[in-house]
Order: sequence, then C-alpha cells, then structure tokens
Amino acid sequence: MPLPGLHAPTVWAHRVTWALLAACASDAAAGQGALDPAGVQAARIHSLWQLTVWVCIAVFTLVLLALMMALVRATRRARRESSEPARGERHEPGATRVVLIASLLSGAALAGLVALDVLTDRALSRLPVNDALHIEMVGAQWWWRTRYANDPDGPGFEVSSDLHVPVGRPVVVTLKSVDVIHSFWVPQLHGKKDMLPGRTTTIQFRADRAGSFRGECAEFCGLQHALMVFNITADPPERYAQWQALQASPASPPAQPDALRGQALFLARNCAQCHAVRGTPAGGTLGPDLTHVASRPTIAAGTVANRPDLLAAWIVQPQSLKAGATMPPSALEPEEVRLLVSYLETLK
Amino acid sequence: MTPDRALREMSDRAGGRDGPRAGQLAVAALRRTWSDPPGFMGMLEAIDHKTIARRFIIATLVFFLLGGLLALLMRVQLARPQAHLVGPEAYNQLFTMHGSTMMFLFAVPVMQAVAAYLVPLMVGARSIAFPRLNAFAYWIFVMGGAFLYLSFALGAGPNVGWFAYVPLSSSDYAPGKGADIWAQMITFTELASLLQAIVLITTILKMRAPGMRLDQMPLFVWATLVTQFMVLFAMPAVMIGSSSLILDRLVGTHFFNPARGGDVLLWQHLFWFFGHPEVYLIFIPPLGFISSIVSTFSRRPIFGYRAMVLALIATAFLAFSLWVHHMFATNLPEIGKSFFTAASLAIAVPSAVQIFCWIATLWNGRLDLKSPLYFVLAFFVILVLGGLTGVMLGSVPLDLQVHDTYFVVAHLHYVLLGGGVFPLFGAFYFWFPKLSGRMLSEAAGKLHFWLFFVGFNLTFFPMHLLGLHGMQRRIWTYPAGLGWDGMNLAATVGAFLIALSALVFILNVVFSLRHGAVARANPWGAGTLEWSMPSPPPPHNFDAIPVVHGADPLWSPPGQPAFVGGLATQAREVLATTAFEARPDSRPLFPSPTAWPFWSAVATTVLFVGSVFSPWAVVWASLPLAVALICWFWPKPRETSRSVALEQRP
Repeated sequence: MPLPGLHAPTVWAHRVTWALLAACASDAAAGQGALDPAGVQAARIHSLWQLTVWVCIAVFTLVLLALMMALVRATRRARRESSEPARGERHEPGATRVVLIASLLSGAALAGLVALDVLTDRALSRLPVNDALHIEMVGAQWWWRTRYANDPDGPGFEVSSDLHVPVGRPVVVTLKSVDVIHSFWVPQLHGKKDMLPGRTTTIQFRADRAGSFRGECAEFCGLQHALMVFNITADPPERYAQWQALQASPASPPAQPDALRGQALFLARNCAQCHAVRGTPAGGTLGPDLTHVASRPTIAAGTVANRPDLLAAWIVQPQSLKAGATMPPSALEPEEVRLLVSYLETLK
Repeated sequence: MTPDRALREMSDRAGGRDGPRAGQLAVAALRRTWSDPPGFMGMLEAIDHKTIARRFIIATLVFFLLGGLLALLMRVQLARPQAHLVGPEAYNQLFTMHGSTMMFLFAVPVMQAVAAYLVPLMVGARSIAFPRLNAFAYWIFVMGGAFLYLSFALGAGPNVGWFAYVPLSSSDYAPGKGADIWAQMITFTELASLLQAIVLITTILKMRAPGMRLDQMPLFVWATLVTQFMVLFAMPAVMIGSSSLILDRLVGTHFFNPARGGDVLLWQHLFWFFGHPEVYLIFIPPLGFISSIVSTFSRRPIFGYRAMVLALIATAFLAFSLWVHHMFATNLPEIGKSFFTAASLAIAVPSAVQIFCWIATLWNGRLDLKSPLYFVLAFFVILVLGGLTGVMLGSVPLDLQVHDTYFVVAHLHYVLLGGGVFPLFGAFYFWFPKLSGRMLSEAAGKLHFWLFFVGFNLTFFPMHLLGLHGMQRRIWTYPAGLGWDGMNLAATVGAFLIALSALVFILNVVFSLRHGAVARANPWGAGTLEWSMPSPPPPHNFDAIPVVHGADPLWSPPGQPAFVGGLATQAREVLATTAFEARPDSRPLFPSPTAWPFWSAVATTVLFVGSVFSPWAVVWASLPLAVALICWFWPKPRETSRSVALEQRP
C-alpha cells in the first residue's frame, strides 16, 4: 500500500472511533432530546435533520475519497519521478473541469438545502392555533413563573416549573423575562425561543403523544443557569382537564392540627410576603405560587425532588441545595420547620 | 561647489549603498544598522519585526496553554454528573476566561503575530511598515492579557461569558469588576489588533519587492491582506459595544437597559457583527498556511491561484452578512431569517472551491509527506466536518434545536481547531526552521499529531450527540440519568489526550531548539522568498532586495534583473513600491529603535486600567500618555540630517 506510516495509527484511530460510537449508541438508548420528537414541529425539524445528515455524510465521504485518491496518486508519482519542483509546469487541464463541476454541484446542493430550510421554517410557523391553550411563562434568575390564561373550561391559575398540556391541542406560550435573557427549550416539542427583558416573544407547539418532556433554560443566565429546568407533561385531554380543575381551585383548608399550626406559621412568618396560597391571606408575588405545591414533582426550578426532607432542607437553607437561590434562609426551630412542611404537604 | 556635488558628498557621509555586488562590508553594515540594541533596555527598545513577532507568537501560545488548562479543569468538572470539584461561580469564570482567552488572546492575535513575522520576509522587505507602531501594538496586547489574568488570579475574573450578553453583564446582574475588566481587555486587544492591521496592510501594499504584482503574492500574504481589511471593519463594532457596555456600567448610560429605552438585542447585533467575521479572522490566515504547505509538499504551484484569491475575498464579504445566525432564537422577521440562512450556506461555496483546489494540487503533485502536511491533512477531515455542521447551524429550524447546546460547542471547536489550530501547528512545524535555525523532530511531530488528532475527535465528536440529546451549553453540572454520562467521560479522556499532545509539542520545541538538526536556508525546498535567506534571517532580512518575476520566485526560472541595489547601508532606508504593480516608488527612511512605544503602552495601560475604577482616569491618565507620545514622535536632529542627506533629486 502507499502511504507508509499512515497505516498503523489509522487503524488505531478507527478502533477508538468505533468504540466511541458504540458508547454513544448505548447512551443514545436513553432516548431524549431532539432525536426523539413528540410534537409536530420537533418531528418536522427531525426529518429535516435526517435529510441534512445524509447529504452531509455523502459530501464528507466524497471529499475524503477525493483526498485519499489524490494522496495515493501523488505518492506513486513521487516514487517514479524526481521531486524537484518543475519550473513553469502547468496543471492538467482535466483538473480544472473537475474542480469547476464539483464547485457547481456544491453550490446546487447548498441551494437545495436553503430551499428546504426555508420551507421547513415556514411550516413551523404555520401551526393552526385557533383553539390553543394560552400560557405565559416568565423567566427569572433561576426559576419559571407560569400563568395559565382563562380558558373556556375554567379560570386561569399560576404554577411554577411543572407544566401540563393536553395532547393534540396547540399551545401558545408567551415568553417574558424579569431580569436577564433566558431561553425556553423543550427539545422533544420544538426548538428554542429566547425570553428577552423588554420584549415579548411567543412560541407555539403541539404535543402529539402523552409523556413527560424535559425543558431547560438554554441561554446562559448567570450563576445557576445549569439548575433552571422545567418539565412539560402531555396528558390525554381528560387527565389534563382534571389537572386543570385541581390547579385552578383554591387551596383547601388544612384539617390536621399540625398542618393548621403550620399554616399559622406560614402566615405569621416571612413566607407569605413572597409566596401566595390562593384561598388564604398569603398573597406574596416574589416567589412561586404555592397553592398546590404538594402536587408538583419538583421544587427549585425542576432540580430538586419534592420530598418532605428536601423541602425542609430547602426552607432552612436554600443555598444548601442551590447556591445563589434568591430565597433567604429562615431562622425557624426544627419543630417549626416540621409543622410548616406538614402544612405544605397538604397543598395537593 | 555645485548643488549636485554637495548632495553627493552628503549622501557619502550617510554611508555606502547595498546591492547584489556590494560585498561583505555592506552586508556587515546592514546587519549593524538593522540590529536591535543589546541589553535589557534594548529589549524594551526592540522594533525588529522578527523580534517583536517572535515574542508576540510566544505570548499568544502561553495564553493558548493557559486557556487549555482552564478547559481541562472544566472537563474534569463535567466528567461525572453532579460533581462538585468546582462550584458554579468558579465554573462560570472558567468558561468565560477560556472563551475570552482563546478568541481574544490567542486565535486572532496569533495569526497577526505570525503574519508580522512572515509577511515582510515573503514580500521581500527589510522591515515591517511602522515598526514602532508594531512594537506598541505588541506591548498593548501583552499588557491587556496580563491585566485579564492578573484580575483572574486575584479572584475578580469575569463570569458573564466571552460574549458578555446584556443585561447579564450590566451592573445590576454583574456587580463587581469582572465585566469591566472583560470590557477593557477587549479594548486592549482590539486596539492592538487594529494597529497590527494597519501595519500589515501597509507592508503588503507598499513594501513588496519590485515586480511582485498583486497577482504574484504568496497566498498567505493574500490571506493576511484580506483578513486585515476584515479587522478594520469588524473590530470597531465590538469596540463600540464594549465601550457602550462600560459606559452603562460606570457612567450610568442606558444603551442596553430596556427599562430606560435601551435594547438588549443591540448588544447582540454589535457583538456578532464583529463575532462572526472574527471566526474568519481565525480561519482565513490558515488558508494561507495550507496553500504554502500543500504547494511545498506536493512540489507544485497551487492549483487555481486566481480562484483561491477570489474565494478569499468572497469569504471576507460573506462573513459580514451572516451574524444574525447567532440570533435565530430571538424574535426576528421571517424574511430576515431566510436571508441569513442563504448567506450562511453560501459562504460554504468559496471554502469548497479552495478545498477542491488543494485536492487538485495534491492530485497533480509528487507527495512528500512530512509533519507539517499531517496537520494540514487533518484540516480536511476536521474542518470539512465542522463546515458541514455549520451548514446545519445556518438552517433556522435545525439551529433552533441545536443552538446554545453542546452541538455548537462541537461545531465551533471543529471549525476553530480544524480550521485554525491544526493548520497553525502545521505552520509552526513548517516555519520553525526559518525562525530558529533548527529543525523540529519529525518523529515527535507525528506523535504530537496523532495524540492531538485522536484526542480532539474523542473530546469533541461526542459533543454533537450531547447537544442533540439536550445538553445545553455553559452549565457547570448536569444530573445523572439523561444519557449524557458516558459521552461526557469520553470527552474528558480526550481532553487529557490533547493535553498530552501539547506536552509532546513543548518538549519537541525545547529539545529541538538545543539539539535539532541545523536548518538550511530552504530545508523543504519551498518556492517563496522567505526561504531565500539563511535560517534564522539576518536583522536586515535581505542582503539585496530581490526582483520578483513569478508567483513562486524560488521555483520560477531566474529573471533579470534578480536584485536591485542602491539603498543606504548605514541608515534604515527601505524601498517602497506601488500598490498594484510593485514598481519602485520611493525610499523612505525608517525610524530607529526606541523605548517610547513601550512607555506609551504603559501609559495607555494606566489609562485603560484606571478607567475601570474611575471614569476620570480617562482625563488624568491622558497626560502621561501625551508625554510619551510626544517623546515618541519628537524629531531628533541627527536623524533629520541623515534623512536630508539621503534625499536625492529626481
């Protein structure tokens, strides 16, 4: 073979590459992200992606093939002929034609891709949204405030990082920010859209199958950009209606004595200055609405499981779970924390 | 005494003349005339473009290593999910410093530094144009970089990303001095960059050897010319941006504050109007390296010279029309998006043309596979892959998915390392003999290459998939169970392989400087003028200024005359030629070494650093700066009389 010296390391590099691809393939089985679409728009983008990948693989292969052939040819020639640079020698005329044709073909392939890109982009923005569910999502360092608008089926309400949407019904999300730029991204449903302070943006999507889809802030937004996550659960319409009815209702008053004492603490201490619980005097607006906090699977912007022990730890010292969180630590006795948590646990 | 005779006597007093038959005395006089002064003060006074550029290259490589170490720390943190080796604050500083270092303190300046070394040698000039300005630009650059790293070491490093998006970088959300320091570092490096651009453009357009028409310049010189014009148009945008940012932060203006009528997207437009062309400031000079290396090691002139030049110019123009593809996720009108998609994909055409031309050069050539060519061949694999993912990023729908994810991290490293760093290492192996007079070890070079190539792909290839699987950029940690763990571990292992390859490279350089084979004038048998003088070059570069008759002067049949003569040997006289045809035009006298550029840079540094703490520093610190600049430009009677003596009547 030509190219001595290239050989052994190439084989080695190939082995590494294959091992690498195998590792990646096993990871890919976890099935998340843009390659596993669950909505019509993510699916459109995914088919454009597949087409583009095949075009790119073909181009890549052809270029490398041409390069390898050129190297083999030039190596053979170097063996046969003197390696003195020929003075004034001209290149072969055929090469000009090949280069010209290859350049024109590249231009044509790119023009084709541009057309497909533009058509797909147009299609993405033409989701029919007549009977859409309207949600407003406000990004803040480092959590999400989500307001469901009044709907024919019921009044509006506020949640935080755990959203539900009905399968098959379009959703229009109005995006805002109160501080820095954030970005709304649920890869399985659609691409991303920035949340810009001083501007309002919207994104439309439709979930076409039930499931739970991870969303995250995609624009670097400061210290805890990594811990700004949310979750969209797509429910069949009946289940969604139940969830909606529950979230829209005010909190039911606690029955147990512990929870009652916890509620008194909630109202007497600083909690109610920042948090609202509909149906009680607590009406703070700085932090998340806690009316149905116990129905949420996570706290701290989708990054901490909503378990009593973690909730207690969060109340005592939010920094221990998420450095930089804006909620202040509390100076409560352990017993008071226990009562408070038992109250919050009743807010189903 | 007739006026003619008086003039001749004066010119005799100024010393002898150079030329092909001037003899050893004239060469010794030239060497003496063009040498930098010795000693420690001589170091500060140096203005020889080779001395300055060598220091400049070393400084950028030091920043490259520092930026690489920061990256290694990030990879260690991300090797496992939920790791706590560094916290969020430290991590944010790490990636901000890594990005800022690599973009502003390594990739753009290193290309200018290499050009400052090579361009005068390639065009047949005794010096770079404005040698004192060149030295000043170098000092400004070093002081700006040192300022950033000193702040980082003192714990005041910026943590708002190398792109410093507002309002995150405004005083409300980034209290402390980090963002101010970042903005002033931009001012330092952009000033240096603009000055270098002026120096290089003037050198290329006015100081080429007689006969070197524009269409006979080496392609690296073309690439440099195109790049430096891009610098002139791109850098002002970011200087306006960073100055407005620092005004918002220090003086209370509201350029970017939406609450007071400012706009957060304005910053993004200004930043990316610079930021996207910047990618091409990093990518175009290496296209020149590649042309030199491919042509030399396939023993053939480059295929399609004119197509190559036109492709460079087309790339430069298109590079300014696609900045918005960094902003597809903001709210943009549809027609605008389509335009920027088309422009983003169109820029692939000139790159494709150049790649085809290089393949055609190899196709017609006789291969001589040496270590510089290995790095260039890697370009074909890595850059082509990076270019193809770039085609994906230009598409609005695909970009909406992969924007701000690890897919982009993979893409940008494929483009910048494949298009910038691999060819740069190739260039280093190629021109090191010229710089140092020693050859680098071929075996160590190949080991360096394979470690780097495998490590690079192991680090960055999985990142494509990580992005598609939803891993967003700039996160200091990630949860387990999302299918990201294995690929992140692979990336970290790869990063250590890259670090190992860098170690091999450093050892190779250190060992070869002492024990490497002594380099001849033209060890690779290349065709351009920088290989015509001994390695390393004498202070005056050329004993006699060559006359150029073709594109590869050392390969083309010798023409007559081969040299011109008549420049003073006792004074720094150079030959200026016309911009297009390179006809002899005038014989300006160049300035002598002085430490005033250094002191001016110190005064400028005081001004820039002071303004981070008080806007009044701009006022009081302009006094020492004015003094330094006046001293720099103060005419000295001895030099004036020498200049008068050298004047000749037409």
